[in-house]
Amino acid sequence: MDALTEGYVTEDGRRIGGVLMEMKNITLRFGGVVAIKDISFDIREGEIRAIIGPNGAGKSSMLNVISGFYHPQEGEVWYKGGVRPSMKPFEVARQGVGRTFQNIALFEGMTVLDNVMTGRLTHMKASIWEQAIWWGKAEREEVHNREQVEKIIDFLEIQSIRKTPVGRLPYGLKKRVELARALAAEPSLLLLDEPMAGMNVEEKEDMSRFILDVNDEFGTTIALIEHDMGVVMDLSDRVVVMDYGKKIGDGTPDEVRSNQDVIDAYLGVAHD
Amino acid sequence: MLYRTAGQFKTSYRADQALFPIRQDAFLLGLILVCAWVVFPLTASEFTFQTILTPILIYSLAALGLNILTGFAGQLSLGTGAFMGVGAYACYKMITLMPWMNPIIAILLSGVFSAGVGVLFGIPSLRIKGFYLAIATLAAQFFLVWLFEKWAWLYNYNASGAIQVPNLDMFGFYVSGPQASSMTQYYVVLTIVSLLTYLAINLTRGNLGRTWKATRDMDIAAELIGINLMKSKLTAFAVSSYIVGVAGALFVFMWRGAAEPNLFDIPLSFRVLFIAIIGGLGSIMGNYLGAILIVGLPVVLNTVPGWLGIHVESALLEHLNIMIVGSLIIFFLIIEPHGLNQLWRLIREKLIIWPFPH
Repeated sequence: MDALTEGYVTEDGRRIGGVLMEMKNITLRFGGVVAIKDISFDIREGEIRAIIGPNGAGKSSMLNVISGFYHPQEGEVWYKGGVRPSMKPFEVARQGVGRTFQNIALFEGMTVLDNVMTGRLTHMKASIWEQAIWWGKAEREEVHNREQVEKIIDFLEIQSIRKTPVGRLPYGLKKRVELARALAAEPSLLLLDEPMAGMNVEEKEDMSRFILDVNDEFGTTIALIEHDMGVVMDLSDRVVVMDYGKKIGDGTPDEVRSNQDVIDAYLGVAHD
Repeated sequence: MLYRTAGQFKTSYRADQALFPIRQDAFLLGLILVCAWVVFPLTASEFTFQTILTPILIYSLAALGLNILTGFAGQLSLGTGAFMGVGAYACYKMITLMPWMNPIIAILLSGVFSAGVGVLFGIPSLRIKGFYLAIATLAAQFFLVWLFEKWAWLYNYNASGAIQVPNLDMFGFYVSGPQASSMTQYYVVLTIVSLLTYLAINLTRGNLGRTWKATRDMDIAAELIGINLMKSKLTAFAVSSYIVGVAGALFVFMWRGAAEPNLFDIPLSFRVLFIAIIGGLGSIMGNYLGAILIVGLPVVLNTVPGWLGIHVESALLEHLNIMIVGSLIIFFLIIEPHGLNQLWRLIREKLIIWPFPH
């Protein structure tokens, strides 16, 4: 473990840092159903980490454990060098874990701008009294955060829809707005739950480009779940493979691709 | 043409986030304020003050309070009438225990009590939502009205069980009680309503407003991006009940002059809810439009047949009023769920791009 804390250098020459988050022997049960069984893996600073596996493998449950929505019965979550105590999801988010959702979870009654501004609420400190009076701190804060939000809007190329209510947008753009909202919080760790689900090839290419750019430009650590194998193998630095709640593979895309257990899990194997 | 925005450029985010990004909006509001502060008081009769101007403002304020809770934060409440009652009784107790107190301060403070009670009854919202929460607030409604009836200390052990507003003066003017003039009371109400509306606009367009709307639109996502749902919901209950409580105090002290417990019963809650729905949930201006309609309609029905020389029985008018309000609510729920405010927004949008269709 200690030998690895210095990090490594990827094939394309990016420096990957020390361990940002580590899952240690996580077990999650719902009644009698074991969703995750004794899984350990780490996520390093600056890397793109993928979690893959067939349907029902427990990937989304894993992401929900990371973002504090589920509390595992056994195991520890280490974050930024310490054990993370049991906390509510909003506290986890305030510690710098941002995320998007498998089924788009935008605030439909608000404009794109307001949605992305919501992502910055953890950075806004004006009290209720200051906000009610508006002049002074609240307004300064609003303008300052608007500038930050506009940078993200520029970055993701959604300037033209910033004042459109989210409900009117097509699917692909909604996904992008959701990414914008998560990025606006300036997370240390960004969780993407199936960012390409339901997209056509062109939209997938756009989204892949944005994910790489985010990682490159802001140095954001990204953990993602994705079903499109081509995308996963191209994007990610290291891959965890899950099947029936167990970890069956962990390593670089090439290592995982040649892992016999992984091939069996995906292609099926004759039981006799 | 009147609403042409050509030539109005915004060069900073501050300008883009201003209250009135379009000049004509500011002009229109200025016009309304001049009417409210100068024109109406100069021209209105005693009857107009008592049946139209003052009640419209008070009902608007109550609907604004409810709208913050239901329209912005998405927490359905059927207890508005009772929370208005808490404000009214708190104000009555403060005035009778401390007669030296400035009546406006007393009215503004009475909201604090209803905010406290509102937060208390808002605690179930942390666990339940939608219809179930509505039932929980309904419990508040029945419990509080029962309390107003049974707790004699609240009405100073009056034989009648009702509260009677005393004559209160401020700077030599009577502001409440039988001797107060309608115009003075109108100005007091207008001042408080304008102030609270301004603060409410700021709260709803800022960070807290976005927090409430996020809670309303998708609470799980809101929590996962860092919103403390408990804080968000309880602040909504507090701010909403504060405004509703102040509206309740104004209702009794500046308009009715006296109140029995059953005044705050469920019909009042429904009346305020109708105003908020017809005006438009999730809007500020809609509350005023809704109140104008609901308060103004009976007056129009009463006076217009007289002008036209038609004699209509007053019982029939009463029924007509109920039927028209009822069908309006159904109409809005089907045709325009976002209410009168949305109608105005569409008109404004059309005016801006006129003469082009889109």
